[in-house]
Amino acid sequence: MSDLINVKVTVNGMAYEREVEPRMLLVDFIRHELGLTGTHVGCEHGVCGTCTILFDGSPVRSCLLFAVQAVGHEIRTIEGLGTIDHLHPVQEAFREAHGAQCGFCTPGMIMSVLPFLEENQDPTEQEIREAIDGNLCRCTGYQHIIQAVELASDKLAEQRQSVKEGR
Amino acid sequence: MKPASFEYYAPTNVDEALARLAELGYGVKVLAGGQSLVPSMNFRLAQPPALLDLNNVQELFYIRPTSDGGVAIGTMTRDSQVEHDALIKEKFPIIAAAMHFMAHPQIRNRGTFGGAIAHADPTAQLPAVVLALNGRMRIRSQQGERWVAAEEFFVGPFTSVLEPEELLVEVELPPTPAHSGWSYRQMERQAGAQALVGVAVMVSLDEAGKCRSARIAFLSVGETAVLARQAAQMLTGQKPTAELIHAAAETAANVDIEPGGDIHCSVEYRRHLAEVLARQALTEAFERAGR
Ligand SMILES: Cc1cc2nc3c(=O)[nH]c(=O)nc-3n(C[C@H](O)[C@H](O)[C@H](O)COP(=O)(O)OP(=O)(O)OC[C@H]3O[C@@H](n4cnc5c(N)ncnc54)[C@H](O)[C@@H]3O)c2cc1C
Ligand code: FES
Ligand code: FES
Repeated sequence: MSDLINVKVTVNGMAYEREVEPRMLLVDFIRHELGLTGTHVGCEHGVCGTCTILFDGSPVRSCLLFAVQAVGHEIRTIEGLGTIDHLHPVQEAFREAHGAQCGFCTPGMIMSVLPFLEENQDPTEQEIREAIDGNLCRCTGYQHIIQAVELASDKLAEQRQSVKEGR
Repeated sequence: MKPASFEYYAPTNVDEALARLAELGYGVKVLAGGQSLVPSMNFRLAQPPALLDLNNVQELFYIRPTSDGGVAIGTMTRDSQVEHDALIKEKFPIIAAAMHFMAHPQIRNRGTFGGAIAHADPTAQLPAVVLALNGRMRIRSQQGERWVAAEEFFVGPFTSVLEPEELLVEVELPPTPAHSGWSYRQMERQAGAQALVGVAVMVSLDEAGKCRSARIAFLSVGETAVLARQAAQMLTGQKPTAELIHAAAETAANVDIEPGGDIHCSVEYRRHLAEVLARQALTEAFERAGR
């Protein structure tokens, strides 16, 4: 075993500090050390996308980072979005449009589309397909996910509009 | 699976990194974006005793114009940074076009431009693109610095001229001549999957509309990215007519490359794809050059 390294990170706005081995993957750190099990692990080699998190705002694979590399960085996981009572508009859209069946791929899907929808306020279907081409789903056949992302885009537009009108 | 134990070093400047490489040699592996290295560690195909993480070496993250009108890219610049950079888009639109086929957005957010070159994957887009653009690599060690042209850099599958104590620090792309055209084409089985065959083409025309230069670089057809030299020779100095482009693409696919076959693609199919893609890419590149 190599020496433990002190890891200080901010996850969903909360500061955490742990001592871990360098070989600990960031996804295992998030799940096992921090107990945030919303981020899933599928393939552990970058292919499935279910471990996608926001790292300083950009979606990346948390199975391809070591926890020690997160020192000083901002992480956002699915737990950082809405609550059960107040879902985030993107979560709400996935619920309404049946964008989730078993839900295994859902956290990764949502964390991938979140920054995408901020940058593309009125995406085409083709753009949505490309935004999620790195996220596998074994249940839905993707149609409902695409519809969920379209709905999420509408919901976010509504939200922006009501903020603008000061409601 | 989980990676085996390793010592972790995270230098904050190049000199420190080079000192560590000199000290540990084969006992350490450079960690760039980790999008190839970490999967192979998770599979335990790679079990490096130590990792040298370059992610805190700020001086290796940059895109800047060079004095001759080209562009220099620091090795750690993220793929997505390069893909969306205004200067790169203006000078080398072929890069963003090829990156569109490279992995997925989440991988490109972390993967690095230099990492893709150093990795020397024969099925990767960027080595072929840098070869077509006639780029050169700046390599440093404690002994000093050397420059290696793309044509000499790639030695075999996942093998480059880099020695264990050396670091790739920069990829430099020379300016493209006037009346240049480009094209990137590939065929893959699904988005983000390995290219069955890909081709990066750069051409330029002279005042008379004849081909001044042509660089046709294939991926996924051999042990490294491959330049189709005979096809380029057929085109140089000639008017790029449809017949000539057909003939050059045929030569590229049947003479210049020695592709292998696998379960996804037989040798014959690979040659067929190479010919069709080269023909399409040459046609498009010459059309762009003539505009
Ligand atoms: C799901 C998935 C799909 C992918 N699809 C594609 C694809 O379609 N096309 C494609 O081209 N790639 C693809 N990749 C690979 C990805 O683009 C590579 O990870 C990338 O090209 C390598 O860059 P990196 O920065 O991640 O390097 P790393 O993984 O960090 O390093 C790769 C190798 O290069 C060495 N190295 C890196 N930087 C240096 C340096 N500066 N000096 C010396 N040695 C160095 C490392 O020691 C290591 O051996 C895919 C990856 C995944 C996970
Ligand atoms: S678990 Fe990370 S991409 Fe599959
Ligand atoms: S909902 Fe089951 S994997 Fe996508």
